[in-house]
Amino acid sequence: MGRRKLLALGFAVGSLLGIGLYARRGQEGRDRVDLYFADGSLVSLHSDSPEAAPLLLHARDALRAATS
Amino acid sequence: MTDASAALGELTEISSQIESAVLFDAAGKVLAATISDDRAQRVATSAKALLEQAGQIGGGDLMQVEASTGQGSLFVVKDATTVIAASTSAEPTAGLVFYDLKRALQAAAKPPAKPKPKAAAKPKPKPRAKPKPKSDGPA
Repeated sequence: MGRRKLLALGFAVGSLLGIGLYARRGQEGRDRVDLYFADGSLVSLHSDSPEAAPLLLHARDALRAATS
Repeated sequence: MTDASAALGELTEISSQIESAVLFDAAGKVLAATISDDRAQRVATSAKALLEQAGQIGGGDLMQVEASTGQGSLFVVKDATTVIAASTSAEPTAGLVFYDLKRALQAAAKPPAKPKPKAAAKPKPKPRAKPKPKSDGPA
């Protein structure tokens, strides 16, 4: 009986961790930078793009400072 | 209160999406902010670095940036001399935020209104002389 309970608890904790990690990954995947130019053109950089990484770094720094 | 401070005050009042805003010049010097000075300077420094780095991408004249992250979004809009950076919660209505930021930039750039020179005191109109009742002549 004790073993079953332990298994169920392990399963529950594992599921919660999995959901949390999935949600976090999904949220990071939505990170993006949109650049609007004077001629009306738009460049959208998603978080997996190498050009977006340094821009998102600065943006997160600014947001941290703005909300801390 | 300066025009820049008034513009930011009005911005946060009319836009429910904007949580904080910082106005700074091309050198990164904070002109006005809705948050404390040290935090505003950090926002200005990061936003300036973001603009500089983003300006090297695309080759055109970069006017505005929206960076969406899980923590919220950062909007940066620039004109000829000043830059405004604003933070919002996640998934804001970008078009509306950009519109409000541009209006705030324009309001901040307005030269202070000069007091109107006092108009010369108008001479009081003379009371009209009552017309004399017409006499029909002796009856």
